[in-house]
Amino acid sequence: MLRIIPRSILPGQRVARAFAIRKYATAKVAFDVPLETHTDLQQANKELADARDNSSEVVESGTTALKHAYQENTGFGTRPIYLDMQATTPTDPRVLDTMLKFYTGLYGNPHSNTHSYGWETNKEVETARKHIADLVNADIKEIIFTSGATESNNTALKGVPRFYKKTKKHIVTTRTEHKCVLEAARAMKNEGFEVTFLNVNEFGLIDLKELEDAIRPETCLVSIMAVNNEIGVVQPLKEIGAICKKKKVFFHTDAAQAYGKIPLDVNDMNIDLMSISSHKIYGPKGMGAIYVRRRPRVRLDPIISGGGQERGLRSGTLAPSLVAGFGEAARLMKQEYSADTEHIKKLSEKLTKGLLAIEHTSLNGSPDHHYPGCVNVSFAYVEGESLLMALRDIALSSGSACTSASLEPSYVLHALGKDDALAHSSIRFGIGRFTTEEEIDYVIKAITERVEFLRELSPLWEMVKEGIDLNSIEWSGH
Amino acid sequence: MPAPSRSQVLALYKQIIKNASNFNNYSYRNYFLRKAKTGFRVTRDLKDPEAVEEAFVSAQRELGVLKRQSAISQMYTFDKQVVEPLKEQKRHTSDVS
Repeated sequence: MLRIIPRSILPGQRVARAFAIRKYATAKVAFDVPLETHTDLQQANKELADARDNSSEVVESGTTALKHAYQENTGFGTRPIYLDMQATTPTDPRVLDTMLKFYTGLYGNPHSNTHSYGWETNKEVETARKHIADLVNADIKEIIFTSGATESNNTALKGVPRFYKKTKKHIVTTRTEHKCVLEAARAMKNEGFEVTFLNVNEFGLIDLKELEDAIRPETCLVSIMAVNNEIGVVQPLKEIGAICKKKKVFFHTDAAQAYGKIPLDVNDMNIDLMSISSHKIYGPKGMGAIYVRRRPRVRLDPIISGGGQERGLRSGTLAPSLVAGFGEAARLMKQEYSADTEHIKKLSEKLTKGLLAIEHTSLNGSPDHHYPGCVNVSFAYVEGESLLMALRDIALSSGSACTSASLEPSYVLHALGKDDALAHSSIRFGIGRFTTEEEIDYVIKAITERVEFLRELSPLWEMVKEGIDLNSIEWSGH
Repeated sequence: MPAPSRSQVLALYKQIIKNASNFNNYSYRNYFLRKAKTGFRVTRDLKDPEAVEEAFVSAQRELGVLKRQSAISQMYTFDKQVVEPLKEQKRHTSDVS
């Protein structure tokens, strides 16, 4: 023993020193490697600036247009301000914190009933279900998890009429619904169902009298969205629910944009089915739910057949991480409700006031029945798409993300009776929990400047300034 | 557990502010700073020892989330936002490394 100790000390020390050095070396390497950025705008910007410095020609030609088209504020970042909260919302860090443990240890199948791995995830799933149900005063057994609001809408629009198809073959919906409701309704038309599309008035609201008249004895389902995704108009859900109860038809509402953002109560409003989306409330994408009333029971044919999970209405293994993230997001919506509403309302008022201060602008949709987080403004004599191109430092959309790839004007604004020109020149601003006042100030300034710039380029604007009524002009044919 | 003392609450507030400002992401950093300020202002007037303790425990839990998530935010960074001055970022990263 005595002989061994002195021998073992020396090599030990050497090893320790070598380790220390090696540790230091790796640490140094790690610090030398620049942090990987996921967007390369900053680098591209730098290269562009370098190129301009080297060539005098580029600097001289068209600098004013470029400066207006894309403000280059040196000394500031390059990532655009996110103002498209109706398309999706950033994931809340607290939601991610809840989800991470499902990728590091809690990997059990929540439907496995025979071991603790299954039990622990199942417990988390049921907790999440409770948070989601609590927000709309529902029972936990009435929440069915789906892959998102599109699947929920399809489940409702196709499932309920198919179940009652022997006696009831009529569906009522509106013209301003989301594309997935309209398309699902059209698919049902091909299956032999009749569909009535209700008109809306200039504010985007439906006429309750017209709804009552549209409901026939063979009507089985009325589907009307709670908050419109393009103009933020809130439909009178309670009154619609009362009419549906009186006429004994099922009432489905697409609450993807409304859930957690306006007060909803399925019992008070007589809602029988409700579609909910997770990624509109700062939760993970690829997750949603449908509320299906149990008393009186709403029966529906499931779209997906399989192992009979989720009361047999939506088979397939649940994703516990997404469910738990969704549940946490719903819990936070309830916890932060008053703070969020106050914050969003304050910013929304500021933005609306700032934008409407520009001449020839108008707010689309009803100003009274309105969710403040969605502001849709038309800028007359400016092409919406060119304004969006000029606003590369602000992430905006002219309407629904689903239709933003095509250049056709919004069908929602058409339904409101807006003409093509105005529909083309409208832009939607979405404000959320993470929007700051500083960002809103920047947006108002940037939009004011660039609308003015684009109008200066337009010959139409010149005529308007001279007082010529554009409608009186007889354009010569080509 | 007895109701937390004034210094305990202040220490917790300081910790939360410190961790919230460690977020690399502009939106999250500003949100959690705003939330901490308004949250503590609202709970300042609480008199009921049980309510005080409840608020204290939930704030402690929140601090745990902030510690983990601000660290994650530093690992996956993105470009700075157009309203964010770049100079601040330099000082910020040198603090960390």
